[in-house]
Amino acid sequence: MTTSFWDIPNADVIVFMGSNAAENHPIGFKWFMRAKQKGAKLIVVDPRFTRTASKADWWIPFRSGTDISVLGGLINYAISHNKIHRDYVIHNTNAPLLVNPNFKFDEGLFSGWDPNTKTYNQSTWSFQSGPDGQPLKDDTLQDPNSVYQQIKKIYSLYTPEMVSEISGITVADFNKFAEMVCNTGEAGKVALFAYAMGWTQSTHGVQNIRCATLLQMLLGNIGVPGGGIAALRGHANVQGATDLAVVYGDLPGYIGQPTQAHKTLKEFNDKTTPTSGYWVNKPKYVASLLKAWWGDHATKENDFAYSYLPKMGNVPYSHYDIFQSALDGTIHGLMLFGQNPAVGSANASKVQAAMAKLDWMLFADMFMNESGEFWKLDGVNPAEIKTEVFMLPACGPLEKAGSFTNSTRLIQWKHQAIAPLGESRSDGWIVNELGKRLQKLYANSTAKKDEGIKYLTWSYDVPGKPDEYDHEKVLKEMNGYDVKTGKQLANFGLLKDDGSTAAGIWIYTGVFTEEGNKADSRRRDAPNRREGWAEAKADGSAKYLHLDYAFAWPANRRVLYNRASSDPAGKSWGKVPLVWWDAAAGKWTGVDVPDMLPVAPDKVHEATGVPGSSAFIMKPWGMGGIWGPLADGPVPVHYEPIESPVKNALYKQMTNPAARRFNSEFDKLGTPDQFPYVVTTYRLTEHQTSGAMTRTIPFLAEAFARPFVEISRELAQEKGIKNGEWVQVESARGKVKVQAMVTNRLRPYKIAGKLVHQIGLPIHWAPKSGLVQGDIVNSLSPEVLDPTAHIQESKAFLGNISKTTPRGVN
Amino acid sequence: MLVDTSECIGCKACEVACKQWNQNEARINQEPGTYQSHPELDAQTWTVIKFIEREDANGAPQWLMQKHNCMHCTEAGCVTACPTDALHYNDYGLVTLDKQSCIGCGYCEPACPFDAVHVDKTPFNQKAQKAGKCTMCFDRISSAMQPACVKTCPTDCIKYGDRAQLIAWAHERVDQLHEMGYANANVYGEHEVGGLHELYVLLESPEVYGLPVAPQLSKRLKLWKYGVQPVGKAILGATLFGLIVNFVVARKAFKGHDGDHDHDDGGAPVPPEGAAAEADHASMHD
Repeated sequence: MTTSFWDIPNADVIVFMGSNAAENHPIGFKWFMRAKQKGAKLIVVDPRFTRTASKADWWIPFRSGTDISVLGGLINYAISHNKIHRDYVIHNTNAPLLVNPNFKFDEGLFSGWDPNTKTYNQSTWSFQSGPDGQPLKDDTLQDPNSVYQQIKKIYSLYTPEMVSEISGITVADFNKFAEMVCNTGEAGKVALFAYAMGWTQSTHGVQNIRCATLLQMLLGNIGVPGGGIAALRGHANVQGATDLAVVYGDLPGYIGQPTQAHKTLKEFNDKTTPTSGYWVNKPKYVASLLKAWWGDHATKENDFAYSYLPKMGNVPYSHYDIFQSALDGTIHGLMLFGQNPAVGSANASKVQAAMAKLDWMLFADMFMNESGEFWKLDGVNPAEIKTEVFMLPACGPLEKAGSFTNSTRLIQWKHQAIAPLGESRSDGWIVNELGKRLQKLYANSTAKKDEGIKYLTWSYDVPGKPDEYDHEKVLKEMNGYDVKTGKQLANFGLLKDDGSTAAGIWIYTGVFTEEGNKADSRRRDAPNRREGWAEAKADGSAKYLHLDYAFAWPANRRVLYNRASSDPAGKSWGKVPLVWWDAAAGKWTGVDVPDMLPVAPDKVHEATGVPGSSAFIMKPWGMGGIWGPLADGPVPVHYEPIESPVKNALYKQMTNPAARRFNSEFDKLGTPDQFPYVVTTYRLTEHQTSGAMTRTIPFLAEAFARPFVEISRELAQEKGIKNGEWVQVESARGKVKVQAMVTNRLRPYKIAGKLVHQIGLPIHWAPKSGLVQGDIVNSLSPEVLDPTAHIQESKAFLGNISKTTPRGVN
Repeated sequence: MLVDTSECIGCKACEVACKQWNQNEARINQEPGTYQSHPELDAQTWTVIKFIEREDANGAPQWLMQKHNCMHCTEAGCVTACPTDALHYNDYGLVTLDKQSCIGCGYCEPACPFDAVHVDKTPFNQKAQKAGKCTMCFDRISSAMQPACVKTCPTDCIKYGDRAQLIAWAHERVDQLHEMGYANANVYGEHEVGGLHELYVLLESPEVYGLPVAPQLSKRLKLWKYGVQPVGKAILGATLFGLIVNFVVARKAFKGHDGDHDHDDGGAPVPPEGAAAEADHASMHD
């Protein structure tokens, strides 16, 4: 998230949309409650009345998957009611830039669409530039080609009536909501948007988030105290995993993965390094990464071992592509660490079938689960399965040291509490051993292709303790060091592209310096309890961001883009200051680590071309991307989910044309005549994803024992279903038996004159693992993906429901 | 202890912490169609979050969460009903159960206005037949620690401390809630049955949560504890006393009758000296 949990109490309005923070982020939720105590209005926009809604000021129910219609409606409201923060927008965003005059948007399609390749040629989405290479702009925002006028035109269709027709929110409610949110366009007033899987699990997931970002920039709400976009991450360490390149298109620190087109390091740097903004420094981070990985074998002469890096082909390698490839027979082996995709991934039956096609699978986990024993699932004949499965017992989080990076980019170290039970070992130990044994296997190879493995820096052992593995050594390497002196580096500003520095992930530099492990720097008066709380103060004296508590990347900064908390001249425009220009000292200062280059507000930073009046230093010219090309468009527009009960009321183009679909026998799609109800899936506080960990623990198994489907009283009456009765929920891909939970926490919507029912299913139960069991809900969800993030649309698809006999009884 | 239900998110962390600290067994006993983990407390389940689903005056859904456990009454029905004094008040004013003395009679169950104490007659454990309920983690608080539920609550909605201070805080919080538009917010437990040691800040009136309004210790119970029991015990005592008197008198009479022999053989009924010496010897080795 752009902000910090400790900053949330400074918000005036908090919108939970696609987030059920009370249930899924209960530890962080106290900061939202604190904001409420201080007078903030909490609004939950969600198809379900959740535990978050129960603590909010207002619940606005709406149909799953129609977020962009609502957010676009807010943008239209802000523009048409003159609520935007004009000064902020002109200085900090690319709204004044002029877009290529050939850009077109018509009936849901942007110019450049190629129906054959199902991709966009983005050449008409570019900015106009002058003879000096600088972009053309109009600070009056009046030029019809300006980004501002383009979005004004696009969102002018998103009237309150249209929002209502698509989402089911009444016009009166929407207007009231829009006024509350858009009033924060005034300087000093702040809204915060919190989202999680409700936005990401969609075929336009990244655009859902972009749409909120766009609105927040127009209202001047990013980088200011209490503002921003709170991306509440889906697991304890998913931020850390993303930072360390769990997403296939990245190298650690969001460097991007070279493709086969990038033959040399120079080519990779030249083609992927922008000419303005802080990313001009990218070659330093790439060279340091290569030095960290291949040490002395990475030299200037051999391009710092760039050739050892695997290069991407022109195909996607996402989570779902792995299983599709296994099904196709192009992937033969799979290593699963701490996950249960046979239950937790969309279209779970396909995942199970793909596993059966593998030659071998390594399964490392705390408990046995359905993925480790997919060959024991109902309807599977083990005799027909050739996959050899290796089970390695992995220890639990308390049995190993290491770090978690949480939603607010805070890297927190934890110590081992108890020794691993039995023969179990940490995942790190398993991977360390794997690396060592691979290096042994390749030790005598003379093949060029094996050098990447042979020469990999790999020394994480604890001397004399073969059963252990040194987690701190890994963090030290990630932080980086001076190659000559071996000293730990203090910040990423010290990284060089000449091979004199090494750093495994540049954004983490500063976490483990010569002073020690900053992730482990925790005071007794920790800010987690009331005793440790501090309030932001108008004179900027309060250290409410707790800079000495653990380490937040980058550079221990708690609020990203915090320079935006000051006006163009560097004077704070909020009620509490965050970062400001100290004219006397000639530098940026504040209660946070300033997110700004060392340049005066009226000057331009030479190396990056970022003016001192612009806050978004990572972006070209320091301008926040209101216009931001993605695979599916330069701005977000409303598309229906792939499986939708209604037509797109705005455009002829029904769904995201760039959404990814698969064509296997498992990838059937349903239509509203057979499957009339909108289904959404979700998680509960009591369990973790597939539940293999939590359903195995007696106290958590009893905390929520029964799988269920939430249905409205209206639908229950229509179907004659009583609370607690067994029902079958079915989609085009599968069916499950669960017990009905009839509730007023869900309600039908009037969508385009039609009554649309929505039902909700938690995903935590499975048939083999744990003390309490149930059917696999993900056997219903479709494997249709967002084109950028490759995340499945499990929040909005179609299903049907009928009464049935109890589970296990035919 | 105080529970600010306006900040309870129903996460059940307190349920888990309670079970774990007190080493109570898990009882998978959820009813279908609800988020609530157990329909009611039992001898091994001392804390349950109640989920109450309703509509407010405007027809908007309302989902109330209330941590339910022993309220540690100042005038506790269970203590009053308990024939063996297994349930008693400890030095902190908390209602404490001495399991050794509990005979599993179950008189405490109907005597509790909060349905918070139960004897284990469930199919889970036929043998135990003992009452069980929240101890307010007496073992923790007597070592200057917070109760397990307080320690674990992620929103800090469970508070532990001086009762008078908590009451003052609760009234302040209720005032704040009134200002925020929660017109029905109220403090519960300040005066009920002599004052409870677990207080609530409630968003709605107590009836909505199924809490008794102005609960009173029934006169019959008081009569039972302070009238019948002492009389019963007195009768039992008088009976015993009578028996002893009878015994002594009878012995005296017996002795008197045998008196002449005493002078002859030095008194046979007294234990032999050797036995007494042996007993002394044993005690030296204890």
